[in-house]
Amino acid sequence: MSASPTFVARTGNFFHRYANPGQFLKLGARLQPWLTWPAILLTLTGLGWGLFFSPADWQQGDSVRIMYVHVPAAMLASAGYAGLAICGLLSLVWRHPLADLAAVEIGPVGASITALCLATGSLWGKPMWGTWWVWDARLTSVLVLFFLYLGHIALIRAFDDPQRGYKAAAILALAGAVDLPIIKFSVQWWNTLHQPDSITLTGAPTMSSSMLWPLALSALGMGLGFAAIVVARTRAAVMESRIRALLSSPRRRGNAA
Amino acid sequence: MTRKTRRLWLVIACVACLGTAAALILRAFSSDIVFFVTPSQVMASPPPKDRTVKLGGMVVAGSVHRERRGETPVATFNVTDGQAAVTVHYEGILPDLFREGQSVVAIGTVQPSHDFTATEVLAKHDETYMPKEVAEALKKAGKWDPRFGPPPSADSWNKMTVQDARKNTATQPASN
Repeated sequence: MSASPTFVARTGNFFHRYANPGQFLKLGARLQPWLTWPAILLTLTGLGWGLFFSPADWQQGDSVRIMYVHVPAAMLASAGYAGLAICGLLSLVWRHPLADLAAVEIGPVGASITALCLATGSLWGKPMWGTWWVWDARLTSVLVLFFLYLGHIALIRAFDDPQRGYKAAAILALAGAVDLPIIKFSVQWWNTLHQPDSITLTGAPTMSSSMLWPLALSALGMGLGFAAIVVARTRAAVMESRIRALLSSPRRRGNAA
Repeated sequence: MTRKTRRLWLVIACVACLGTAAALILRAFSSDIVFFVTPSQVMASPPPKDRTVKLGGMVVAGSVHRERRGETPVATFNVTDGQAAVTVHYEGILPDLFREGQSVVAIGTVQPSHDFTATEVLAKHDETYMPKEVAEALKKAGKWDPRFGPPPSADSWNKMTVQDARKNTATQPASN
């Protein structure tokens, strides 16, 4: 039994020690420059290298350069939703206040990156496949992910009592996580117009290293950028909730009267 | 069992149930989720001739005939999955990536003669990405002919740089 009371209690303690809002503000302030600057630097290097200096593909020509934006965006779309699902679990089981605040902030960032993934994919599909959009399993499951993000964004803000919104959105985040393995394995389980993964855990990447390096840099940079934006937004949200608590405290109301 | 533990098990149980339900649904509909049918499926059980199907497979080397009927280009080619081949007729402009040995998806109807009339042809590219020079070097070395299938295993070429490839092609005598 992995979920013995001690495991649950220990996990809860761990998160309360390292991720309580006060501790998070301190940690976040120190972490922020280490996320933001490497993110900008790596993204610019990766994209510059990919867009201007990496070789063109033997059959796709220069259109292949859309990959340096599309693939990191696709990875982050899934990773962001996995983050939402983890926040949902922490919120439902441990009632962790920071998880709720983070879930509110991850939603719009994740939805934007998913929209970027869909848009760049469409721009890539037209010249290569000959179509902007097809209803194959990969494309459709990513579109479902985009709608899940939109649903989460709407649901978490839909209630006057934020706690109810947090709870409903956490359930949606966990239920929607079912889509993540479907996205990942769609190109293996069914035949699709979208090609299978080039980078796998088991085999050698079927991509020239002269293209893999700029892709790796750009993915790392955009990943750090995603983290930087989420951390900045969550810090702002924690501070906002503190200010709100201060403004509505009885002492202040007493002073105003 | 504390309340937190109970909630954790409840969440695990719900996600497991939902996952199973999703898996069963996807399994039941998997024949509708696949994007295309293969030539051997079409040959084994031809769909009714008024139904639009998507036929996917590889363009057989040497089977492509292009002509012009007035202003419109007309193309005829065979599509195979390695077991059966179907002849496809298509009026219109083929995508840039269309070539012999390329995977394509033709959208159209199956004629009683088992020929396929496509209204749209999509090119499907594979998951290999390499510079033009590397592809040339592999072709020159006789390791790969794009007309007959995918390139050799990735670790034999994915570290080859453009400079290496240029050197290889320059030193190797032209074999064809």
